[in-house]
Amino acid sequence: MSAIQSQSRTNEAYLIKRVCDGEREVFYELVRPYERMVYATAISIVKNPADAEEVAQEAVLKAFSKLASFRGESKFSTWLIQITYNEAKMKLRKARPNLYESIDDAQQNEEGEFWPKDYADWRPIPSELLEENEIRQAVQDAISSLSESYREVLILRDVQRLSIKETMTILGISEGSVKTRLHRARLLLRDSLAPGIDGRWIKRQPYRKVRPW
Amino acid sequence: MTTIEISCVEVWREISNYLDGEISADLRERMEKHFSACAHCTAVLDGTRNIIGLVGDGTLFQMPEGFSKRLYAKIRNLPPSPPRG
Repeated sequence: MSAIQSQSRTNEAYLIKRVCDGEREVFYELVRPYERMVYATAISIVKNPADAEEVAQEAVLKAFSKLASFRGESKFSTWLIQITYNEAKMKLRKARPNLYESIDDAQQNEEGEFWPKDYADWRPIPSELLEENEIRQAVQDAISSLSESYREVLILRDVQRLSIKETMTILGISEGSVKTRLHRARLLLRDSLAPGIDGRWIKRQPYRKVRPW
Repeated sequence: MTTIEISCVEVWREISNYLDGEISADLRERMEKHFSACAHCTAVLDGTRNIIGLVGDGTLFQMPEGFSKRLYAKIRNLPPSPPRG
């Protein structure tokens, strides 16, 4: 743990104690740095903004009610994301009670080889382009189109930047599954964004394919 | 010392682990040698790295307008302190 991380954990422990001692207002100070994280986790699972906001609020309120049981074994942020993840899953289950997760196509194909599309070159998509609504929407849509088991790993690892271990804990899956799903999710995103964002929309020219597959 | 060559398929399989630093030094060396000679795998590598950067950019998911305000209002309605654990 770096000095800064350790300092922020000490500070959080102090804030948590104050909340538990009756300073409710301090709770907002505690969760504010993670608002976006909570929202992003929620929307990556429930997909629409209204549901995501409801899930995010419920998760924060639940974190408050469970705060006295937080033992600091994990980081506060990881604990909060875990709660958000569970809330979002519950919301989803209520919305579509007859859908079994086991029929998720991703899990069935996970073992197969994945061949990335053969673009001869890659024209980088600069982060500044995310300021354009159209581009940001395209990236979000590409993430939404991933099947659930890929999407959740991608969100935890690449959006929230959690470690492999933290991701394993939250999702309750093995290290191998975290790695395989993340790998597949990244390559699928690359495949779906390459021709759309840079090739077709901006420069109006398709990528050149050098091999027939 | 000579490094054993690896195929494109093997490289693709490990590209994500390569970017995360989750591979052995030996495999890293073999992959780097492959990248220096294979434009296609380099394109896959660059693309994947770019995607990770875009997805990890803090601005990707914008909270709805007024989100913080509404959240704060909810917190103000909470009981004075959480129940004892």
